Amino acid sequence: MAKRIVSFTLNGRAHDGVVPDNTLLLDYLREGLGLTGTKTGCDGGECGACTVLVDGRAQLSCLTLVGQVAGKAVETVESLSRNGRLSDVQEGFHMKLGAQCGACTPGFVMAAEALLRRNDRPDDDDIREALGSNICRCTGYIKILDAVHHAAARRRGEEPAPYPPLPDRAAGQAA
Amino acid sequence: MNEQVRPVDTAAAEPVRSIGEYVPMVDGPEKVSGAARYTADFVEGKALEAAILRSPYAHAEVLEVDTSEAEAMPGVRAVVTGADCDKTFGVLPIARGEYPLARDRVRYKGEPVAAVAADDIHIAKAALKKIRLKVKELPAYYRCKDAYAEGAVDLHEHRPGNLERDVFFELGDVEDAFTGSDLVMERTFHAAEVCQAQMEMHSALVSYDPLRDRLTCQCSTQVPYYVHLMLSKVTGMDQGRIRVIKPHVGGGFGCRTETLQPELIAALLARKIGGAVRLLTTREETFITHRGRPETDLRLKIGMTKDGRITGVELENDQRGGAHSSYGIVTILYAGSLLYAIYDLQNVRYIGRRVLTNTPPCGAFRGHGTVNTRFVFESLLDEMAETLGLDPIAVRRRNYLEAPTFTQNDLMVNSYGLPECIDWVERASGWKEKRANGLPDPGPGKKKGIGFAASHYISGASKPVNWTGEPHATVNLKLDWDGAITVLTGAAEIGQGSSTLVAQITADVLGLPIDRIRVIASDSEVTPKDNGSYSSRVTFYVGNATLEAATNLRKILVEAAARKLEADPEDVEVLGEYYRAGSQDTGIPFQEVVMEALRDTGTITTKGIYNTIPESWGGKKYRGAAIGGTMGFSYAAQAVEVTVDETTGEVTVDDVWVAHDCGKALNRLTVEGQIEGSVWMGMGQALSEETGFYNGLNLANNLLDYRIPTIQDSPPIHTHIVESNDPHGPYGAKEAGEGSLSSFIPAVANAIHDATGIRFADTPITPDKVFLSLEKAARFGAGKRAA
Repeated sequence: MAKRIVSFTLNGRAHDGVVPDNTLLLDYLREGLGLTGTKTGCDGGECGACTVLVDGRAQLSCLTLVGQVAGKAVETVESLSRNGRLSDVQEGFHMKLGAQCGACTPGFVMAAEALLRRNDRPDDDDIREALGSNICRCTGYIKILDAVHHAAARRRGEEPAPYPPLPDRAAGQAA
Repeated sequence: MNEQVRPVDTAAAEPVRSIGEYVPMVDGPEKVSGAARYTADFVEGKALEAAILRSPYAHAEVLEVDTSEAEAMPGVRAVVTGADCDKTFGVLPIARGEYPLARDRVRYKGEPVAAVAADDIHIAKAALKKIRLKVKELPAYYRCKDAYAEGAVDLHEHRPGNLERDVFFELGDVEDAFTGSDLVMERTFHAAEVCQAQMEMHSALVSYDPLRDRLTCQCSTQVPYYVHLMLSKVTGMDQGRIRVIKPHVGGGFGCRTETLQPELIAALLARKIGGAVRLLTTREETFITHRGRPETDLRLKIGMTKDGRITGVELENDQRGGAHSSYGIVTILYAGSLLYAIYDLQNVRYIGRRVLTNTPPCGAFRGHGTVNTRFVFESLLDEMAETLGLDPIAVRRRNYLEAPTFTQNDLMVNSYGLPECIDWVERASGWKEKRANGLPDPGPGKKKGIGFAASHYISGASKPVNWTGEPHATVNLKLDWDGAITVLTGAAEIGQGSSTLVAQITADVLGLPIDRIRVIASDSEVTPKDNGSYSSRVTFYVGNATLEAATNLRKILVEAAARKLEADPEDVEVLGEYYRAGSQDTGIPFQEVVMEALRDTGTITTKGIYNTIPESWGGKKYRGAAIGGTMGFSYAAQAVEVTVDETTGEVTVDDVWVAHDCGKALNRLTVEGQIEGSVWMGMGQALSEETGFYNGLNLANNLLDYRIPTIQDSPPIHTHIVESNDPHGPYGAKEAGEGSLSSFIPAVANAIHDATGIRFADTPITPDKVFLSLEKAARFGAGKRAA
């Protein structure tokens, strides 16, 4: 297989990669560069776990050849946090339990990031549409909706919804 | 040292509590940032890549596996076949008949036959094509009835008639009960095979060091210690030379509650090459590895008095177990024994057959053993209530247990929150109003309905499958000079929150913030043994062990503080970062207490263990009656509202109200997450999921054809937590992660009946089935049973 140099922006930094023509972006990120935050969840195009941003739009890295991102900007889940702090979307998924086992999470986080960049006031239907090609097997998606609403509020500079009030705690305290 | 002591605001000091609150997971930041590493993410090493050759035959004698051409390929480092390992594996000590690689026979399409380790995955896969397999094909059986028919070839010599296990028991007098009933109804049902389809595909990274004769395995498992045991068995290595590390694991739902072939095959290859091998399976292979819920044919007969009291029950069911034993014997026993412990039953006859077929092995899927039984039971209760003109909820109320009690088959029930669950669901869903006045008109061509069902589940099996005499759970705590507290636990965090749970309990007992606690989990070289994350055992068993370990540590700290404060230990108040003896006392900060505690002894380790009580071990009234024994049952009830589109047959779930009695919600966030996930997974089985086979070939071996509901298909879920405070659970807690799955399925079937007048007895209730039944009813009159 012929190899060529592919230049693109990866997580804000210029990157030149030498790759065989048939290399998938997913495999290059994970196996070539060790950016394993992007996950493999299926045999191609079924689950959304490998979602990354290409020029700001959500894209399946398992159906993208490295050559196709030449000259473009690729962002992976590793790029979102700043100075070690979680981004608003990451915080939402953490605080509201949008992530349980976490294997689908980077894909959901990136798809949600793409949504919030174009709409920071999404309703449930907007979120359902934007995340409709990502599969989660743990949450039933309830807490993923909560997570994205949490993130959207943060992005608008508002305080996210607090946890529901606790029932009476008088009973059942530890020794 | 003093300048390192944290400043303490003594006036504001108070113990930090998190039990019962909303607590984000301690390992959440790693998961959302991409830093969490799962087995496939360990890419930096020099591991060879491995691939598995799988049988294209459903049933055949293996005459020859010729690997010579593959072995000669450049870049191929090792090839293994059945000839490399004559040891069998399996989760139940009484049913270990599976080889890591098939030897004399292949028994399902996709069974591993050989494996290659090569310099890269492309070479490994190319080499598989060079392996020649010579076989003699045998008749294959894909349905239970064909497999146990007269004259069928036995899949395994030691299982004549292809019966993995037949179970029969009768407690009470069932015929007498039916005779004395006002209504006896009998129905047949069918539930399709479903698969866990967890998001992380099976994977293993195994390295072997021939200099020291040591093997290290990292793999996607729920049961690292069962993996440890089986690695030892198939390699013949001493257990003490093996190390099993469970990295992050992307879900399980039961498919990884036993050792699977990837870790065993990777180990055989690693031993052969004296190095490291990474074996990543594809999604298709993960489906074929299976261990899901069996296709089940059921016949249920219930007798009832006219006021709704259940007089007698007869359940007969065939489970298509697949080609190997796996958990099969347990599954078929659960399906009978867990008829009990939700309602007061006194006359029960159970006939169960676990059948070996030429399909991938079934195993333990979330709600293990109870799901299809609950589907048929709650469906028939609904139909009988209708026939008798009773409210379906009233019929459940008529049959409550009175806890504490032992069921007729000797299952221990101490806490019983089912009535509170049912009361909440009835109220919150507007059940009475909706059943009396009907639901709002959804428009032309559509019909709405609401259905109800209840369910329950165990909090861990009271006897583990490998009974060794060790405690059910052991937890160690380490406190050192720096004041850091480390929990060492074998509990397998698979996304359900076990690491958060042990951190929370430890922190709570010591009154410290959770971020003071570090958790090291599931590394056999470091952490105490734990049987793993299955049958909802961790909160109850590991939670109790953690409680004991933390209480022991607290006692040491209190005694140290008492010495320092020159007070009696009973007068010492633990205010988290601050200890004092009486409100007049100025007290001392935590770090000083730690230094006093370490004086003369050094680093402190404490231990907590947990053992189940003999009363919970289940009965001896029939062979296998102990299966079902648990320390506590969870309870759940749910109402499901649907819209049925008569022109497409599509069922839309509009709303769900679920209440779950988990004893005590230690972490409301994760408990809610578990309940919602269970309900939703029940929806998949009820409406869309089915593996499906054609001549033994798995048809739905990807996430498009295997129809997992997406966020677009998924309803709102109103979740209510009932806290019945189990007397033995940690803080009163019991099961939260499985019990709400099984009631969804009958609840939605009952709702579809409410909408259409048709009873569906065959899951998944897909649009084509609904459409055909509606057509049939329209043409031939309102048939009450589905086409």
